[in-house]
Order: sequence, then C-alpha cells, then structure tokens
Amino acid sequence: MTTVIAVENLGKRYRIGLTPQKYQTLSEKLTNALSAPLRAIRGVRSPMADAADTIWALRDVSFEVEEGQVLGIIGRNGAGKSTLLKILSRITEPTTGRAILRGRVGSLLEVGTGFHPELTGRENIFLNGAILGMKRAEIERKFDEIVAFSEVEQFLDTPVKRYSSGMYLRLAFAVAAHLEPEILVVDEVLAVGDAEFQRKCIGKMSDVAQAGRTVLFVSHNMSAILRLTQEAILLEKGRLKLRGPSAEVVDAYLSAGNAGAGERIWESDEVPAEAAPFRPIALRVRDARGSVTETVRSVEPFSIEMEYELTAPITGLRVGIYLTTARGDQVLTSFDTDDQKRFEKYGARPAGRYLSRCIIPPDLLNSGRYTLGVNASTYRVRRYFMDEQALNFNVDASGAPGMQWPEARPGVLRPRLEWEIIAL
Amino acid sequence: MKNALFAKSDPQLVIIRPTQRWTALNLRELWRYRELLYFMVWRDLKVRYKQTILGVSWAVLEPFLTMVVFTIFFGELAKIPTDNIPAPVFYFVGLLPWGLFARALNMASRSLVAHQNMVTKIYFPRLILPLSSILAGVVDFLIGSLVLVGIMAYYALTDAMRISLTPALLTLPLFLLLALITALGVSLWLSALYVQYRDVGYLLHFIAEFWRILSPVVYSTTLIPEKWRLIYALNPMAGVLNGFRWAILSTPTGPDIGLLVSIAVALFLLLSGLFYFRRMEKTFADTI
Repeated sequence: MTTVIAVENLGKRYRIGLTPQKYQTLSEKLTNALSAPLRAIRGVRSPMADAADTIWALRDVSFEVEEGQVLGIIGRNGAGKSTLLKILSRITEPTTGRAILRGRVGSLLEVGTGFHPELTGRENIFLNGAILGMKRAEIERKFDEIVAFSEVEQFLDTPVKRYSSGMYLRLAFAVAAHLEPEILVVDEVLAVGDAEFQRKCIGKMSDVAQAGRTVLFVSHNMSAILRLTQEAILLEKGRLKLRGPSAEVVDAYLSAGNAGAGERIWESDEVPAEAAPFRPIALRVRDARGSVTETVRSVEPFSIEMEYELTAPITGLRVGIYLTTARGDQVLTSFDTDDQKRFEKYGARPAGRYLSRCIIPPDLLNSGRYTLGVNASTYRVRRYFMDEQALNFNVDASGAPGMQWPEARPGVLRPRLEWEIIAL
Repeated sequence: MKNALFAKSDPQLVIIRPTQRWTALNLRELWRYRELLYFMVWRDLKVRYKQTILGVSWAVLEPFLTMVVFTIFFGELAKIPTDNIPAPVFYFVGLLPWGLFARALNMASRSLVAHQNMVTKIYFPRLILPLSSILAGVVDFLIGSLVLVGIMAYYALTDAMRISLTPALLTLPLFLLLALITALGVSLWLSALYVQYRDVGYLLHFIAEFWRILSPVVYSTTLIPEKWRLIYALNPMAGVLNGFRWAILSTPTGPDIGLLVSIAVALFLLLSGLFYFRRMEKTFADTI
C-alpha cells in the first residue's frame, strides 16, 4: 500500500474581524493607523491581541490515507471539515504543518464553478474542464462520455442560462466527475439533485474508489458515511478527535451530541460574521408541559423554538427547521412564514429579539434519535445562518400504537391510523 | 521521517505548507496552466459580444467616436497642435494603445473580485485572471488597428496627408508590449489591493481619468517644455504613445533617453507588482 495523503500537524488560523464587515476599506485602515500609530508602525500586534481576534479553524491535525481508500470526514459545522478540504485542494494555505499529496486533487465541491450562463453547454464543458485542470486533449477525448453522463445532448448548443437547475447541475457534475484525479474530494454534493442523479453520483464515486483512487468524503448523512466508507475521521473544534472504522466513529459522533440536553445556545464567537444582522441565540425542544427536555414522547405534542435577535430589519426573512434522523435522513423542513397570512404579516421584520415556535403534533414520529437543524434566510436573496446539526433529541414511543408488541418498528413515522376491520 | 514514504523526485508530488512572505514567482506553474489562460481569454471574448447588438463593432466604434469628438473639440475648437498631422489620424493613433491600456487596467484590476467564486473554490495560479483580462483586450486592439489602416488609406488617397511608412513601423510590437507590461504591472497591484479594499473600485475611475490627462493622448509630447520631458517620461504610457506616433506617423517623438526611463518604470511596476501579487495570493481565498 502506498500513502497518497500525508497530513502532518496541519493548522489554520483565521483572523476574525473585529468589525462584522468582511473586508476593510482604506479609510478604516487609515483611521486605525491614526488612532494607534505605534501598532501600525510596528505592523505586528502584540501576542495577547493576536490571540483575542484569531481563531484556529484547524489545529494539529495529522493523518494518512492509503491509495484506494475512501475516508469519511465527519464533524459538526465549524469543526474544520471545509478548512481541511480547502487546504488539501490548495485554495488556501495552512498556517502551520504541511500536507503531502501524491497526484492531482479534484473536488466535487466546485461543481459548476466558472460556468458562464451566456455560453452554451458545449462551450462550458471545455471552459469548466480547463478550470478544473484538464488538458484540452483530455476534454476532447472524454467529451462524448461527459455529454452522455449529463443527459443534455439536445441542449448542447443552448446557453446554459436556459437550462433547468437539474440540467445545469448534471452537466456541471458530469465535467467534474470526469476529471479522474488521483484524489477525489466530495463535499455534501449528494444533498442536491434528484434521487436518480444521486444514485449516479454515488455510483461514480464507487467507480473512482474501485479504480484504485483515493476519495475523501465529507457528509452529514451518517447512513451515506456508513455505506460508502470503511474508515472515518471525526473533527471537533478543529482537532482530530478520532480515527477508526466508520461505525465506531459515527457512534462517537452521535453520542457526543448529548451535551446540550434539549437546548442549543450559540455563544457570540460561534456565530459567523456573515450571519449579521441575524444572530441566533438558542434552539430548544420543550415537552407538552413546557420544560426543556432532551426526550419527548411520541404520543404527546412538543414544541421546537428558535430564539434570535435581528440587529437590523430584514425583509422576507424566514426562520425554519430541518428535522432529520440522527443518521441524516431527512424527515421534514418547515419555515415560520410558511403560512400565507403570516408570510404577508411578517414581510419585513424590524430589529429586535424574536422567538419562532412551532408545535409538532402528537403521534407523528417513531422512537429514535433525531437531529434539528436551523436555517434563517431570505428566499433567493441570502442565507444568513444555517446549522444543519444544531441539536439532537430523542423520541420515546411508550404508549404509541403497537407497543403491545415489543419489536422495533421500522420507519420514521409512527402515526395513529384509523383502522377499520370489517367482517365480510 | 515521513518523507521516506514519498520518493523525493516524484513529479506528481504536491507539498502544501505555509510559504514565506515573499515567494518565488513560480512561472513554471503558470506555464503548466497555459491552456486555462487560453480558455479564459476565449471566454472573455465570447461572452463580451454575446449579448450585444453591435457585437464586434464596439471595438471599432469606441475609438472611432472618441476620435470624432476629440477632433471637433480639441482639434477644431481648442486648436491643440497635432504635430502637423491631420487631427483624426493623430488622435486615432493615440487612442488605439490608450484604449487597450485603459481597458486592460480596468478589467484586470477587477478580475480577482469579479471571479471570486473561482478564487474561493478552485486552485489555479491566480495570475491567470489579470493576465487573461489583459490579453482579451489585444483582440479589440487588433480590430481597431484595421480601422486605422482604413483612415490612413483615405487620407493618402485624398492627398490630405503624405504618408511615408518607414522601417520604424517594425518597432510597433515593442511599444505594444510596453503598454501591456505597464497595464499588467499596475493591475497586479490594484487587483491584489482590491481583494482587501473595495475602495479600489472607486479609485479606478480616477486613476484612468488622471492618467489620460498625464499622457499625450489629446496633445503631443512636443507641447511639454524640453526640461520637463524626462520627468514626463516617468509615465510609461508617454513612451508608448510617443512611440506609436513616431513609428506610424514619423512625429519627432522617436526613441530617446525618455523612452529608457519609461521602460525602466514599466519594468519596475511589473516586477514589484508580481512580487506583491504573489505575496498576497495565498490570502485571496480568505479575504476576498
């Protein structure tokens, strides 16, 4: 076995802005320089100040990957998964340590990057191929295969701006999938597209692995991790927490979520600056009596509430939840302005503190462990904040239909259905 | 050591580690990505004219209409001397390289921010972006040159002007190169600064406007008093425009010590720009 990836003490430190703006303006810089001339002249901050406004997104991470291995990478949002992938695909530089790679890194995190809406499908295949690092001859050789895979033959000479989002995605993925890198990085791409397309993607990924190439697979979907990888690493707050057989790592990851006990509170340093003016405060699960709990009963209603603050008014804001099983299979998505009347009433939400609450009806969920995610966005304009794994909770099925038989009921739902038994 | 896992000479090996503040230029990497450069230029050209009614004629119309306006206001009304060359020809010969330079400066300085989704998602030598924006402009320049041939042919046929082409014409590519080097040098600085400071976007208009006034576009360098000529030549575009007019129209602005000054400044801008760009390159994805 040859080692294809060797990561040694890799670390990445980000400077977190003292101002919410992502970029400074010259005038700010000048003002700073005038108000603190000494610091500006020295050009370096004191170590104390340095520690205060920087954050280690990745710290002392070391691991190796053998040729042909599919390695799963799991961890909560902000655990450093994307930073790790960005360093390995050379988009950003590490602050410490190093990584040695054998061969070309291709990633499915950049599907469609560089696609130009005015150009036709054919033109975009060549352009995107070149952007991903393919040689012209290589693209020409694989052209027919890419077109067949994307299923957009008839529209090859149509500008991609006229494509449906599905077609666009298929074409983009087809180009990326034919890059044939020695190391393939897949990040959550399976979350998009229809089921048939997802099947194709997973098929392509397995092909890549079987052809002896290496795959790094990042996902929040634990079922997919278990199905597709033998080994996985768990990242937590930028550090490598565990490496081992996937089942073991997935278990460790799922049980690590217990700490919150029915409530997730966001400290200000956990909220990315881009979220402003939206500031999440807490997400809670409350049982029928109103107490915050980690375990709710299937036969009783319970509520889910999101507390947040708007530091400026937002127009068209919707705050919603994703409910998934702990293994990552989606159960439902719901927004606080789903209702037409409420949507109109809260068209513009002034600055202030809010609570968005919904009631989950009784006799809906089967017993098991569930994950709540939150999303605050303005449709098609901007996503302020998203945490797909904000909180875990359990559903207890005692008293639910069919409990007289002590067997596990498959399925996510456990509704109380009106059965009729008719003697004929 | 871990290094033993990998043969040192393996050409496929990629080593990722923090680089020093001032890094080597790594032109070999740029060469490896030359096809991407080609495709980016091709894309720029293709896209630029796709949703326009007049298409390629813009490359002709822009300098032509500017020339007409200049001829009326600066030539006929203000009567700014044009070295005894018919005003339209004099202006057009200046507007061609100036247009190339101004467009290159504008497009290249904005190139990194304009392509931020590429910068934050894919690895490639970032130098490709400003470089391709500049090269795309050369095509417009060549199309515009055809119009110049037409204008000069008209003047020659109507005997309004005596045209004598000299071997000096062969030096034109060198002056073109000087314009491109200057544009690249300045836009390397500005594009890298733009990533961090959005002020650059506003600044660009002023820079282009002031620079045009400081360059012999609507007037001739012969207007500048002799003793100031060397200082005037610190602007490499003065060297470029003087050179163009000398090579095509035989104006008395041929190569002199001032041209050397222009070349030196242009090279300084290019080299310092390259090093600054390379130094900032690794933070582009984080700060853009």
